[in-house]
Amino acid sequence: MAEYTPEKTLDARGLKCPMPVVKTSQEIKNLAVGSVLEVMATDPGSVADIQAWCKSTGNELLGMEKGEGLFKFYIRRVK
Amino acid sequence: MSSEANKASIVVFSGDMDKVMGAFIIATTAAASGIETTMFFTFWGLQALKKKVPTGRTLFERMLSLFLKDINGIGPSKLNMGGMGRWMFKKMMKQHEVATLPELRQMAIDLGVKLLACQMSMDVMGIRREDLIDEVTDVVGAATYVAEANQSHITLFV
Repeated sequence: MAEYTPEKTLDARGLKCPMPVVKTSQEIKNLAVGSVLEVMATDPGSVADIQAWCKSTGNELLGMEKGEGLFKFYIRRVK
Repeated sequence: MSSEANKASIVVFSGDMDKVMGAFIIATTAAASGIETTMFFTFWGLQALKKKVPTGRTLFERMLSLFLKDINGIGPSKLNMGGMGRWMFKKMMKQHEVATLPELRQMAIDLGVKLLACQMSMDVMGIRREDLIDEVTDVVGAATYVAEANQSHITLFV
């Protein structure tokens, strides 16, 4: 499971578009470059959106876990 | 990634709750994606920046003022039904835990989205700078928008 040790966890459960992405962008700025942010979300749209956001911003999506109505993303801050 | 042309600019012409919401959702997402984002509010769109105050000095301006709302008062483009639709949509959005329009506007401000107001529309409608929220970045003309749009990969008219 935990191949990455997240520096911090962002609880974006219950939030709808565009908030999971917006909060992720704000939260990752508080981490050092190279650190990993874990994002927990319940919005099914966030699966596509977090990937798209990583592509736009150049941050690295290390992995994704899909559970029962819960999604976890592991994002490494690249810049 | 961050080339000099990586900007987004959105014209907000409409003053409908649903359309303004779409504009703010895209603006906040663009800003969150590291794209320098500008919103240019003109005509009915100015209501999204207006405080809840009466506007205008002349008779026509004050008549118009009766129909100008603030961000909480604007209704959906369809099915408003004299305010019923606004109430209904707000309730439905709350049920789904969607961010409210004032929250989205505040988020745009926090993310550094530039909020520009159209000088000419303000003059025509009798809206003064002090009738708009303090966070408005500047009051400008079309040329300022065109200059922004010219550097933008994303341009939208809402």
